[in-house]
Amino acid sequence: MPDTLESVDSTSSLIHARGLTKRFGELTAVDEIDFDVAPGESFGFLGPNGAGKTSTMRMIGCVSPATAGTLRILGQDPAADGPKIRARLGVVPQQDTLDTELTVRENLLIYGRYFGLSRTEVARRADELLDFAQLTERANDQVEHLSGGLKRRLTIGRSLINEPDLLLLDEPTTGLDPQARHLLWDRLYRLKQRGVTLVLTTHYMDEAEQLCDRLVVMDKAKIVAEGSPRDLIERYSTREVTELRFKPGVQETLDGQLEGLAERVERLPDRILLYADDGEAAVAAAHARGLEPETVLVRRSSLEDVFLRLTGRSLVD
Amino acid sequence: MAVLARTYSGIGRVFEHRFLVYRRTFRASLFSSFLTPALFLTAMGLGIGGYVDRGGANEALGGVPYIAFLAPGLLVSAAMQTASFEATFPIMAGLVWNRIYHAMYATPITPPEIALGNILWFGARLLLISTVFTVVIVLFGAAISPWIVLAIPVAALTGLAFATPIAAFSATQRTPDRFAAIFRFGITPLFLFSGTFYPVESLPAVVQPLAWITPLYHGVALARGLSLGTVGTSALPPALAFLHLAVLIGFIVVGSLLTIRTVSAKLVRG
Repeated sequence: MPDTLESVDSTSSLIHARGLTKRFGELTAVDEIDFDVAPGESFGFLGPNGAGKTSTMRMIGCVSPATAGTLRILGQDPAADGPKIRARLGVVPQQDTLDTELTVRENLLIYGRYFGLSRTEVARRADELLDFAQLTERANDQVEHLSGGLKRRLTIGRSLINEPDLLLLDEPTTGLDPQARHLLWDRLYRLKQRGVTLVLTTHYMDEAEQLCDRLVVMDKAKIVAEGSPRDLIERYSTREVTELRFKPGVQETLDGQLEGLAERVERLPDRILLYADDGEAAVAAAHARGLEPETVLVRRSSLEDVFLRLTGRSLVD
Repeated sequence: MAVLARTYSGIGRVFEHRFLVYRRTFRASLFSSFLTPALFLTAMGLGIGGYVDRGGANEALGGVPYIAFLAPGLLVSAAMQTASFEATFPIMAGLVWNRIYHAMYATPITPPEIALGNILWFGARLLLISTVFTVVIVLFGAAISPWIVLAIPVAALTGLAFATPIAAFSATQRTPDRFAAIFRFGITPLFLFSGTFYPVESLPAVVQPLAWITPLYHGVALARGLSLGTVGTSALPPALAFLHLAVLIGFIVVGSLLTIRTVSAKLVRG
């Protein structure tokens, strides 16, 4: 198991999971995973679709019982104290669950009422959250007419109505255009600055790198690595990566000509990746062997490379 | 005790949500609640009734004008139809389309509270439309007895006797494809064959028992007894009136338990 796990004091952690397992009949969606989330931390689950991230989030959200293992949320047992725990969570689900028949403001008001807040209190908080989500001008618009990005912002605003101790975000920016994503990241970053504990799932490495202090990489229902984005890149990849693309048909003829060009060589269907701390040196080595790539790109290693190394597959399909 | 108080307030919040949504369409909905009975009572009660009553008081109808016989039947049938609609599409919307029940479940509200809050809402909505319908009946002079006031809760109970099992079924569905079958093979035939327009005794003897096992027949018989003032007479002895009531309550209890079960299963599954 990852060595940094023990550095988190399990008695003070907001989420404590050991051997956490979820099965649906024959299918094991989450297979004996261990992790802890400390107060104030931004913690991520990175992995492709179907890795078990959403099933894990639903168990943390106390809406889906664990099949086996230990799970403590805010020091309590979800099986016994689900409603009590949920009262202190904020949830941004993968699929929007807004009431499209109601207005933006009404969505905030009624959601606050679900937590048992008084009407005056929810009205006060709704105004603040409209401001935070930059939706004040759209307050009286019916949700049905909002764009995807605005709906996500409303969902995030709504998740804060009970001033949660722990905010759960399942694929918060999936399906959004780049501009809407950046706006959302900015809002989440502000929450992180305020000390809100964030737990998020994503299959976007840039999202994980921007928002997570620490993350676990999930693949096929298991955790395959754990650490900060920088840790993981240092541990599982080189400083730089050189991407070589060849004319169609050429890549297949290169057998035996790539070995030793870099610390590690990966062949993807459409390109070749050379892992070396000095990318330019790898390019020079390739040219010295008479290789003639059509395009060459030297870049820094990312979590995508970590994932490729750990699983032999790409993160995004 | 604390758990009970919490549950009570959870149901109340689910109800509050339905009320908030309903408020947006309140006027249009109330207007049609007035219009529909007025149209039916005019067309069938006065129009067809004019022919039915031409030969003088009809013994099979209990010796009252056709419109007086028909009105409580229509009242209860309308409750059944509204209830059936409320228990199909809105339930599917909450669980599958806009998933607002999943949003509720992410808060301290529990799945049984979501199921019961909706059932409470069905009851309130049914009481409202049945009250409006009854006012229209009285305005048409089609109520014989002041006991018709009690036909309002009877209509609401009949509606719930349909709404609860149908909601339980709706919660198991991923698409609305099978809802049409409920209306086509369930609600519409019942509307026609459960004693709304003529006494069930007019039907062939073999099909009569089919009417007895449905809540509509019992609701119509009880509401009609109240509206005509025949409860306690030989037309509707007290024991029979209680049997009608017991059947309705039986359907509601079983239907509510099933709804709690299927709604919870769906929400936990995700």
